[in-house]
Amino acid sequence: MNFFEYIIMQKAEIFTLTLQHLEITGMSVLMAVAIGVPVGIMITRFKKAAGIVLGIANVFQTLPSLALFGLIIPIMGIGYTPSVFVLFLYALLPIIKNTYLGIDSVDPAIIDAGKGMGMTDGQILGTIEIPLSLPVIMGGVRISTVINIGTATIAALIGAGGLGDLIFKGISMNNTNMILAGAIPTALLAIGADYLLGWMERRLTPTGVSAP
Amino acid sequence: MIELVDLVKSYDGVTNVVDGLNLTINSGELVVLIGSSGSGKSTILRMINRLNSITGGDILIDGESIQKKNPIELRRGIGYVIQKVGLMPHMTVGENIEMVPKLLGWDKKTRRKQAMAMLARVDLPAKEYYPRYPGELSGGQQQRIGVARALAVNPEVILMDEPFSALDPITREQLQQEILALQDELHKTIVFVTHDMDEALKIADRIALLKDGEIVQYSTPEELLRNPVNEYVREFVGNDRLWQTPEFLYARDIMRTNVTRISMKRTAAQAIEMMKDKDTYVGYVIDTESRPAKRFRGEVSMQQLKNARGRKMAEIMNPDAVFVYDHTNMAEVLSLMQEQNYKRVPVLNRDHCVVGYINRSALLNIITDVMPSAGSDDPVELTAETITEAA
Repeated sequence: MNFFEYIIMQKAEIFTLTLQHLEITGMSVLMAVAIGVPVGIMITRFKKAAGIVLGIANVFQTLPSLALFGLIIPIMGIGYTPSVFVLFLYALLPIIKNTYLGIDSVDPAIIDAGKGMGMTDGQILGTIEIPLSLPVIMGGVRISTVINIGTATIAALIGAGGLGDLIFKGISMNNTNMILAGAIPTALLAIGADYLLGWMERRLTPTGVSAP
Repeated sequence: MIELVDLVKSYDGVTNVVDGLNLTINSGELVVLIGSSGSGKSTILRMINRLNSITGGDILIDGESIQKKNPIELRRGIGYVIQKVGLMPHMTVGENIEMVPKLLGWDKKTRRKQAMAMLARVDLPAKEYYPRYPGELSGGQQQRIGVARALAVNPEVILMDEPFSALDPITREQLQQEILALQDELHKTIVFVTHDMDEALKIADRIALLKDGEIVQYSTPEELLRNPVNEYVREFVGNDRLWQTPEFLYARDIMRTNVTRISMKRTAAQAIEMMKDKDTYVGYVIDTESRPAKRFRGEVSMQQLKNARGRKMAEIMNPDAVFVYDHTNMAEVLSLMQEQNYKRVPVLNRDHCVVGYINRSALLNIITDVMPSAGSDDPVELTAETITEAA
């Protein structure tokens, strides 16, 4: 049986696992955006906290993923929730960091002009800072997503499912077809996500900023 | 009217950047705050719209303390122009100008109409520029839009923080002219910060010269040039400045005073003697019976007198001689003398009495004063006089 025959035979399972994989990754990145963007904005206001927050986020990024999954089992057990939680921790740093850098790099003269014209802090954030730093923030989301699609394969070890299931099962059964059936869709997902988010990043760059 | 009363600003609670400053800016006046860096000029400006907090004292606008007002509302009612322009790069020129009107809740149609009018006011083709983005425009055009934005809701007070400092000299000059033209029309109360004395002298109604957060001198540009209160002001203004600014230099400042005044009744021979005594080549004929006395009637030259022995002044003199007043500024005197090619003009006071005259050597003196290296005075003067009078 060659690889293509295997794929066709197993297409239902591969499809289900791909969806599962996307769900784990998507959920973790969404949570990271929901927490990371506000935190990133917050630390531009309290510069002293920036170092501490970025330091903590950096720790999660530095720990080997396998070790982090191992550490979480005694606390949260196995399955979907701890997997999403670990991936969420992984996704945090690029998002917080890029949000912080994006907002911090908005030309102070523009903020000063906005303030001087009588914009409230909220208006400055909403109509100046966020629109102008959106491409950089999206860049962070893109990095997090691509990393998490890869790391999510390891989450299969603590019972999260996803395409990692096929890879690890294939390794233990010495079944190359099965390994590839997990690895190739993962790679395609990563490339696809990178392309899609890159396109969004360009779309979100305000006209006038990228004006030729 | 803006009043700064015992104003104090301290960032660290120890040293005062602004120290008990009092300043009154009348409505419709363009006041320039000038000083070297660290003099507190920008700090003061930013206190007027509360971008900087007030440590002590108070600022009143039309008698009301700005500290009692909501800072957001206060700022919406004050135009603000800064050196780096600060246009929103992701918004069109139109959206940028409409920013404050939008904050104030104007409807879309009114906003657009106002933006168009403001673009026209700063000399930009409105239809063409409205949809463009700031990034496509030159520095000068951007700052024009900065000014248009500040004018958008027709505020009474406009604050300008070194608005033209980053522009090239030609563009800067244009924008200065434009501000003057706008001000002639709109009569806003403008507080303008700069470190450029040329700019200050050109545009200011009054100049406040600051040093270490205190006012050293607050006066009209002319007063600052003519009567600097101390050495610091004199040096800051520059010693040669008065001579380089012919608008502030008057005929009385450079005229010669060895005038030969000749009554209309005198004869040519008498006049020649009088002129020899005074060592002049031209006499000014005056009317001793006029009210007030000694009105200027005409001028006679040595040449005319020599050809007219025995006749009276009234017959000989040139009654249509061109004259200037002692308060005529030198820019006008110069253009008059240059255009008509006059060698010499008499200077009259308010009562039409001759108080002096200006000849080419007097003018040359200005030039040598401006450029001390142009040569020592005496040879230049002698040569000029000789050439002029021999002609």
